[in-house]
Amino acid sequence: MKRVQFEHSAIPYMFIAPQIIIIAVFFLWPAAQAVYQSFLLEDAFGLSSQFVWFKNYFDTIGSTSWLQAAGFTIVFSTLVTILSLAIALLLAVKANEVIRGARTYKTLLMWAYAIAPPVAGLMGNLMFHPLIGDLYKFMNTIGFDFDHKLDPYDAGFVVVLISVWKQVSVNFIFFLSGLQGIPKSVNEAALMDEKSSFRRFWTITFPLLAPTTFFLMVINITYAFFETFGIIDTTTRGAPGGATTTLVFKVFQDGFRGADIGGSSAQSVVLMLMVLGLTVIQFRFIERKVHY
Amino acid sequence: MKFTQIVTASVLGMATALPSTAFAQTEIQFWHAMGGRLGEVVEEIAVKYNESQSEYTLVPTYKGGYEDTMTAGIAAFRAGEQPNLIQIFDAGAATIINAKGATVAVEDLMMQHADGFDGSDYIEGVRYFYADTDGKMIGMPFNSSTPLLYYNKDAFAEAGIANPPATWEEFEAIAPKLKEAGYTALAQSHSPWIFSENFHSRHNLQLATGNNGYDGTDVKILYNNDHMKMHWGKVKEWLDAGYYGFYGRAWGDNQDAFVQKEVAMWLGSSGSFGGLANSAEFEFGATYLPYWKSIIEEPMGTFIGGAALFAMSGKADEENAGVADFLAFLTSPDMQYLWHKETGYVPITNAAYDLAKSDGYYDSTPDAEVGILQLSQPGGEWTKGYRLGYYVQIRDVMYKHFDDIFSGEASVEEAFSAMEQESNDLLDRFKATYN
Repeated sequence: MKRVQFEHSAIPYMFIAPQIIIIAVFFLWPAAQAVYQSFLLEDAFGLSSQFVWFKNYFDTIGSTSWLQAAGFTIVFSTLVTILSLAIALLLAVKANEVIRGARTYKTLLMWAYAIAPPVAGLMGNLMFHPLIGDLYKFMNTIGFDFDHKLDPYDAGFVVVLISVWKQVSVNFIFFLSGLQGIPKSVNEAALMDEKSSFRRFWTITFPLLAPTTFFLMVINITYAFFETFGIIDTTTRGAPGGATTTLVFKVFQDGFRGADIGGSSAQSVVLMLMVLGLTVIQFRFIERKVHY
Repeated sequence: MKFTQIVTASVLGMATALPSTAFAQTEIQFWHAMGGRLGEVVEEIAVKYNESQSEYTLVPTYKGGYEDTMTAGIAAFRAGEQPNLIQIFDAGAATIINAKGATVAVEDLMMQHADGFDGSDYIEGVRYFYADTDGKMIGMPFNSSTPLLYYNKDAFAEAGIANPPATWEEFEAIAPKLKEAGYTALAQSHSPWIFSENFHSRHNLQLATGNNGYDGTDVKILYNNDHMKMHWGKVKEWLDAGYYGFYGRAWGDNQDAFVQKEVAMWLGSSGSFGGLANSAEFEFGATYLPYWKSIIEEPMGTFIGGAALFAMSGKADEENAGVADFLAFLTSPDMQYLWHKETGYVPITNAAYDLAKSDGYYDSTPDAEVGILQLSQPGGEWTKGYRLGYYVQIRDVMYKHFDDIFSGEASVEEAFSAMEQESNDLLDRFKATYN
């Protein structure tokens, strides 16, 4: 095989330099710091430190509270990702078929996109307030013995609900534009062979949406892992009994509130590896099934 | 010739004028965690201080909540940009005091730069909380409060109860009457602080080995004791019977339940007084934190909660002198009285307390005195305070297991033994880090 060699010039490097610098400053450098700190036992003020190999990892990762947080994070992320993708897809498909007042529908469904997670959390907090919350009262009126301050499942329900609600509109926008990118002729041609719109969707539309779905899945998992911090922090703060503590929230609790830098660094390194592994799996195994 | 004269004159003039104006004042950076109205009072005190003298300029900066302020201070210290003075809350005290060399003891600072320091100036319950093993004051108690019982007088009248309960035994007797009148009898806003730390102080019980943690970092927690488990067993019973309301971990959620007349009594802070006076549309009173007569015949005083001011190390002598000067100003009777009146926090010196008394403040607002009276109740061996590392995390552990008791996920016995284990793991970790 013959390779073509081009003249090297500095210009391409200059073009990618800003991006590389940003990655180096905001990711590589802090990540390296976290790895370094995770091997140290150091007082908060950095006055004395000792190199302890993997003590921080054993101490924190082995603790019951970390395992509980890991378990919750997995369940929570799965639920948030699946629910917010499914609901958004359904809404997008239906909104795409609406003819009269389509713009109003779409605008209303995109509405929540502009809301930051902490704000969504504060709104949810008010709606589920035990004294004044309408949703709290509603849940109890329809027969649930609903108490998210004490019941771990009710608390989980609250954070999942708010996280999904906030993310649906983001997904909706992408799904809708994905749907609009599918040529009408394809669907019209399929209409000749198959009357059931349900089957046409799964055999024609959904595969054509696959690149969008894959992209959104990656985005949503990252959202559920990291960005929902703002929602947890403004609603349950990990309660009751640590039942809604996600791994990111625990890193924050131990590192920022508790001033345990080594332990929280070890946790964030593990979290980084987990997300890295998850992303590799997604790109290696799931992306293969996606046809662009 | 004339020109040179003018230049020389002005240069000389500048040279003499500058030191007395622009360069003369030493800036004292003060980071605090007092938001809202409290922050305004801090600003007010800073203005008063800056007007009172011309050598130093105090620059107060609000850094967010207690944890945010501590985190900001830690980050700044690591970068060599620390403020002169920082407000650190009770649960973070062990972290900053055990980091040898992070701070300069305020007692030393005031001995060296101000008019000296006399421990007996400070009221009993406040004196030793931020002191080291030898009783030397490391941090200056700043905003100090103590847990009190607030009760809705209207609700008590409706239920036909004359007096608020002094003991938990009395509480158990009146709780059904309040329930009949349509009230949940009790809620409280900080279970580690009120139902654990102060529970031990009130009953003169040891809460940790090593002299409640003052003797060093080799400490084991003693929360898993029979009195504590008895109390929490009772609280769970009250919850199930509808005598106790739990509205979440957030301080305000439980206070709101009291303000909105859901609950008839609320355990809060002596500093909550002003806020309640603004928001409650009923007559309320404040009284001492109840105790178990079955544990102790005469109750002891309580601990303070709140935060202290720490002088950070690595600063120039003249700045440290300024810090000492400001602390002397802050602890003067006038300032303490102002702080007490405006915020509801207790005055930390006897002189300030006397001033408030002679000024007739407690004649018009007797509830404002309850906190300081409770702090001045006789102290015992275990009432001076506690010093536990990673206590912020330990409080989280406690909250977690209290939640489990309430929800029935764990029995009192299981919850306390898990709490002991997890707390001791954290204390061991702290010991390994700060030895």
